[in-house]
Amino acid sequence: MSGHRVQKTYREINEKIKQGKAVVVTAEEMIDIVQRHGDVEAAKRIDVVTTGTFAPMCSSGAFLNFGHASPRIKAMKVWLNDVQAYGGVAAADCYIGATEVAEGDPLNSVYPGEFHYGGGHVIEDLVAGNVIKLRAEGYGTDCYPARKFEKNITIRDLRDAVLFNPRNAYQNYNCAVNMSDKTIYTYMGVLRPRMGNANYSTSGQLSPLFNDPYYKTIGIGTRIFLGGAQGYVAWQGTQHNPHVGRGENGVPRGGAGTIATIGDLKEMTPEWLVGASFLGYGVSLYVGIGIPIPVLNEEMARYAAVKDEDIFTQVYDYGMDYPKGGELKSLGEVSYGELRSGSIRLHGKVIPTAPLSSYYKARQIAHVLKNWIEKGAFLLGEPQKLLSSELSSE
Amino acid sequence: MYTKKIVIRYPADVVDQPIVYRLVKDFDLIFNILKARVFPRREGLLVLEVCGTKENFDRGVHFLKEKGLRVEPLSKSVKQNLEKCVHCGACIAFCPTGALHLDGDSMMVLFDAEKCNGCEICVSACPPRAMEVDLL
Ligand code: SF4
Ligand code: SF4
Repeated sequence: MSGHRVQKTYREINEKIKQGKAVVVTAEEMIDIVQRHGDVEAAKRIDVVTTGTFAPMCSSGAFLNFGHASPRIKAMKVWLNDVQAYGGVAAADCYIGATEVAEGDPLNSVYPGEFHYGGGHVIEDLVAGNVIKLRAEGYGTDCYPARKFEKNITIRDLRDAVLFNPRNAYQNYNCAVNMSDKTIYTYMGVLRPRMGNANYSTSGQLSPLFNDPYYKTIGIGTRIFLGGAQGYVAWQGTQHNPHVGRGENGVPRGGAGTIATIGDLKEMTPEWLVGASFLGYGVSLYVGIGIPIPVLNEEMARYAAVKDEDIFTQVYDYGMDYPKGGELKSLGEVSYGELRSGSIRLHGKVIPTAPLSSYYKARQIAHVLKNWIEKGAFLLGEPQKLLSSELSSE
Repeated sequence: MYTKKIVIRYPADVVDQPIVYRLVKDFDLIFNILKARVFPRREGLLVLEVCGTKENFDRGVHFLKEKGLRVEPLSKSVKQNLEKCVHCGACIAFCPTGALHLDGDSMMVLFDAEKCNGCEICVSACPPRAMEVDLL
């Protein structure tokens, strides 16, 4: 590509990282640098910008291989601490999804349900090294005669444990309010009646995909911080949709891009994978993700310096409009600057705001990743294929 | 009028003595029992919402303490487990008193026990269950 005054390659940046010479800043720090020195100068000085997000991400789960029992069993149904995992993968494999609720949970029959334990908690317990009760049922075959199997295991007993999340790190997400006159319990948290509060869930200026809005550096094979270890972008996430309204800075004004992520669960830590129970809604998993944005040119420097005031999202009514499905009607557009200030103004009313995504942890992730790269312990992964973007011809 | 939620802990030896009714009789206080765990000859626990004048409330509490009971505001039993809190901020939406609040610089969610009224909403609504009530 021409027209850039600064041009760097992945290889050049990786060379500098190996020599301990790469200059790395977090997405928060980058804002000031570009403001003060301009994008060209910033692109000359800075090699990598680190981002972070830590939020409940429902579309997450792990493939586990528990090895063969004797006698052998073709596990058709599998439970981990009474949470069902999908057993239709192979004889000794299963997939534990983050939102599966433990069997016997009263769900919402006692409203609002508390949802104490589920797949997200199993994953947290696994990475914490806690003992898990594995239970499997099969129908018996000539090669796999056993019909029942039960054993207490820890992650160390598993042959393989791979976190594979089909949809993570949503580039922008709705801000939720409730216009009905009763309190509602949603995946966006507790929403008080008559727009009593507004909840949102991204880390704004620190969030990975806001810092590369057209996915010019993020794609299959991008190395990332995932759950406290090094993981990868495996594919574009489900529901990935680059064709949305965008601001002049390229940042989508509503939900857009997503990534599918993959990594070795055995290397991850419970600090960055935390089970979540949403009152009246269900269970999920907080996932910590950080993506390094290579400053290949001044354009990337500009993208990575995006700030909360220039990132907008739409406010939707989860009381009536959202549940009924179909096209949602935006009640208004607000910036993350406003959302993070503690209140927004909508229809002449001041509404207190609350995040569901931890800015504190997102910031920590950006710093951990920065530290890894500075130490030479983390190299950039050049994507084999970028996420599809509206700019690409696909 | 002054209203406060308190936790009263009875030592095993006074659990079967009638004491609390005297809050009404001698101190002109009204109370609502929110929670009770009383067994013969074992340490007992009573959670009350007490209402009256501030002066009578203080005298009543003083009387209970003299009788050997331990009295604490209920909010003192609500704790933020910092090992578990991920500082997501979800609680800011539902904590009615602002006891749970976001510190704008560190972006940590802080718990101000003085402001907490002990409603316990956070106990089941905090997604990682970092808010705990410690009653016995
Ligand atoms: S909801 Fe729970 S985890 Fe989240 S900030 Fe509040 S106390 Fe901490
Ligand atoms: S008990 Fe009620 S007032 Fe106290 S911190 Fe929890 S939600 Fe807030």
